[in-house]
Order: sequence, then structure tokens, then C-alpha cells
Amino acid sequence: MPAWQPSASLTQLRSRSALLAQLRNFFAQREVLEVETPLLCSFGVTDPALEPFQVHKGVSISAGERYLQTSPEYSMKRLLALYPEPIFQIARAFRDGEAGTLHNPEFSLLEWYRPGWNHHQLMKEVAELCSFCLGDKPVRSYTYRELFLAYLDVDPFTETDSGLRALASEHVDIGSMAGGRDLWLDLLLSHLIEPQLRASGLCFVYDYPASQAALARIDTSGECEVGHRFELYVDGVELANGYWELADAREQLIRFEADNARRLAMGQAERPIDPYLMAALEAGLPDCSGVALGVDRLLMLQTGCEDIRDVLAFDWQRS
Amino acid sequence: MANYSTSEFRSGVKVMLDGEPCSILDNEFVKPGKGQAFNRVKLRNLNTGRVWERTFKSGESLEAADVMDRTMEYLYTDGEFWYFMEPDTFEQHQADAKAVGEAHLWLKEQDKSEVTLYNGTPLSVAPPNFVELEITETDPGLKGDTAQGGSKPATLSTGAVVRVPLFLSQGEVIRVDTRTGEYVSRASKS
Repeated sequence: MPAWQPSASLTQLRSRSALLAQLRNFFAQREVLEVETPLLCSFGVTDPALEPFQVHKGVSISAGERYLQTSPEYSMKRLLALYPEPIFQIARAFRDGEAGTLHNPEFSLLEWYRPGWNHHQLMKEVAELCSFCLGDKPVRSYTYRELFLAYLDVDPFTETDSGLRALASEHVDIGSMAGGRDLWLDLLLSHLIEPQLRASGLCFVYDYPASQAALARIDTSGECEVGHRFELYVDGVELANGYWELADAREQLIRFEADNARRLAMGQAERPIDPYLMAALEAGLPDCSGVALGVDRLLMLQTGCEDIRDVLAFDWQRS
Repeated sequence: MANYSTSEFRSGVKVMLDGEPCSILDNEFVKPGKGQAFNRVKLRNLNTGRVWERTFKSGESLEAADVMDRTMEYLYTDGEFWYFMEPDTFEQHQADAKAVGEAHLWLKEQDKSEVTLYNGTPLSVAPPNFVELEITETDPGLKGDTAQGGSKPATLSTGAVVRVPLFLSQGEVIRVDTRTGEYVSRASKS
């Protein structure tokens, strides 16, 4: 196929167009407001596992540089801090270095926020959206701990780091790979559990280890500290990630600083902490839950495609 | 030597892994939503031919292997080594039995083969996809049996044994597909 030609078929383009209409219809029925926020932002994210593309040139860029957003999360939270309305957005997001059969460095995210809801209420709505787009599929929910116990017979909260590493290296050739506890948990989840979730419908995972809470609030009331974060897998494809959002500005700052410390320890560049977001959190984020869902993957699931390139008009090699 | 990072791992890239030269076959990017990204990489060990699947943290890198593929002319064998020549520089290389492997069945003097060099020494030899070789031994031909099926073994000048149609006889030159070891046709008379 010559390089100028689209990677997606005309049928696929029609499916995308119909899916976008379907998504807007879903939120219109529920009176969720569609918003648009900037793609080129003055600040990036500190998450060590996300690398933004940076833009250095341009007469409009007078001070510093700009970042192509890795998700519209911070902008949407700034909207919520002043206008506590249910909002959604279908936006392009950009993540450097992420390319494969399920990843394209430029992709479409559907992100929405529900003021006054916790993550369990939001998970229910995510399931409704999936059934609206994909038809009825079985829905299961596991805590992170239940998931590991069910599929690997190991407790992700109490097993030792070396025990987790040993379990990983029993099944996967990892050479001399070194890292911390979260590395082994991520490896076990992505290499040994995800493949077992194929053809199993919707699988929600919640109550993540506090170290993987990201931007979710942490619950210290139970036996183990857990983050009120959830992930949705549909037939083994990781489709959505949501939080009962952390609204505490002080704790958020501590987490961003910890991110930067980890970045430095791993030889990555430190990232400035977004002062707009911090100021919005200080002004007061309403109690809310939010979720980001991969639109390209949703389209793959809807049309039975196994390679993201087949649902993109022009994949990364052609863009 | 240069290094390749996981995002540069593409099919055909040659790297050193655990001290062994390897060729990358496949590279799959895996990320569990948030958190650490990995690359599941399939590699062929060029020394042993064995295929590995190794998982790396995304962003890790491997040293490039000093491995290159060269088209060379096959000269002769002295029984212990097979000698090849680079057509541009006339530089000669000797390949041992391990490097030549099964390819010795298809090597004809002056034919061009792909020789893979590792640190300047032949690591493996890939014969041309098609070679023309003389039948040195086979049962007598059956005239008029050209249309019918049926085959017989024939020994070629290199020692290879292939199945050929019944009508062929000793002294004829045939074309063989070296990837399957199968007879293709009579060689064109020219």
C-alpha cells in the first residue's frame, strides 16, 4: 500500500463517524456538557510513565515551551473548579514512545467528569456506555487484590517484592530486569493477567495499591491503603482508567514532587508542576469522579479489529 | 558499537543479548494502563538459531551486534572450510561447517550466497533461493512419462538428494528451490 494512502478502510471511517455520533448522543441524553480545551499547554505532567511531545518553535511561544497534552485532565479539572457541571470531551492526546498494536502516539480520548459521584457510580455509567456502544456483554468487578488472587493466586498487597519478581520470571524471560514493587505488579498484570481476560466481557478492577493511585484519593480506612482508581478491560483490552478524584491540593503537590523525585532517580527530566492546576485545586475542586476512555480502542472492539492502525485514517507511519 | 533502544527495535535489527548476536523478529509494546511500559521482543539467536522472547522495560537499550549480511561468491571447499569471496574487494572468507550448515547442499562454485558476518567471521550462509545443479545419479529416465505423476530420488553434484520426475536422467541440469529442497523444473539450456 503506497504511503500516501489511508490505513483505514472506508467502512472503518464510517464506523468511526457513527461511533462519535453515538458517544455525543449518549452524553446529550444525560445532559452532560461537551467542552473543548487546549491541546498545546504550557505545562506537562510529572507522571514518570508519560512522556509528552514538546513544542519549542513558533512566534506565539514567547516564554518557555509548550506541551501537547497527554490527556485533557488538568484543563477539565480547572473548568470543574469554577463550573461544577458534568462535562465530557472527545480530544486528541499525545504520548511519546507509545506505538504498537494497541497504541498510537497520537490518539483519541473520551474523558468525562461527574461532580458529586464516587468511582462506583461512575463505573456503572462506564458500563452503560459500553453496552450502548458494544451491546450487552458480561460485566465483572474485582478489587485489585481479588484479581491477582483469582488469576495468579498471589496477594499483591502482602507478597514480598522478591516473591513477585520470582513469579514473573517463572513465566516471562525478564533477563536481569530490576525495579521496585510496582514494576513487578505491572509486569504480572500486563503479561500474565491481561491475556487471561480475553473474551471475558467487561472486567472492572478497582482498589489499586496506594502507590498506583495516581490522581485518585486514597482510602486508609481498610486493612491496606487503596487508591480509589479503577481500570476497565473489555475482552482483555485496557479501555478506560478512572478516579474518584483527589481534591486535596497539598497531597496532590506531595505526589507530583514524588513523581519528579522518581523521574530524577531514573534519569528522566524533571517536569514543572502545573501551577494552574495547583491553583484550581486550592480554589476547590468539587467532589467528583472522572474517567478517560480510549476511543480508538472502543472502535476496535466495536468493529472486531486487533490492530489500532486499521481504525486510524493515517497511522503514525503515515501521519 | 552503537546502542539501540526498545523503540528502535525493528525486525532485522541485530543486537547483542547475553553475549550472543541476535536478530530481532518482532517487538510488541505493552502498557498496563498507567505505569511501567514494556516491550516484549522476539529475537533469533544467530549462533544457535534458537528463538527467544525477552521482555524489556521500555527505554532500555542493547548494544548493536557487529553483524552484517554480504552477498559473496562461493569459491570452493577443502573439506574443512568453505571459501567465499566478496565480489568488490576480492576479500576471501572461510566458513566452517557450523556456519555453512545445510547450505553446503546447495553451494555451487561462482553462485552468489548471502553470508552473515559476525565480528568479521562468517556466522551463517544462506544459499540463493534457486540453484541449478546437475544430476549425477538417478534411475534411468522413462521416456514418454512426462505427463504422469510419480517421482524418484536423484543425487545432485553437491551431494543433495531431491525427488525428481521420472523422465529425468543422469547428466541433466535441474532447478531446485533451496528453501524447500524441491525440484522446480529442468534448467534452461543456455
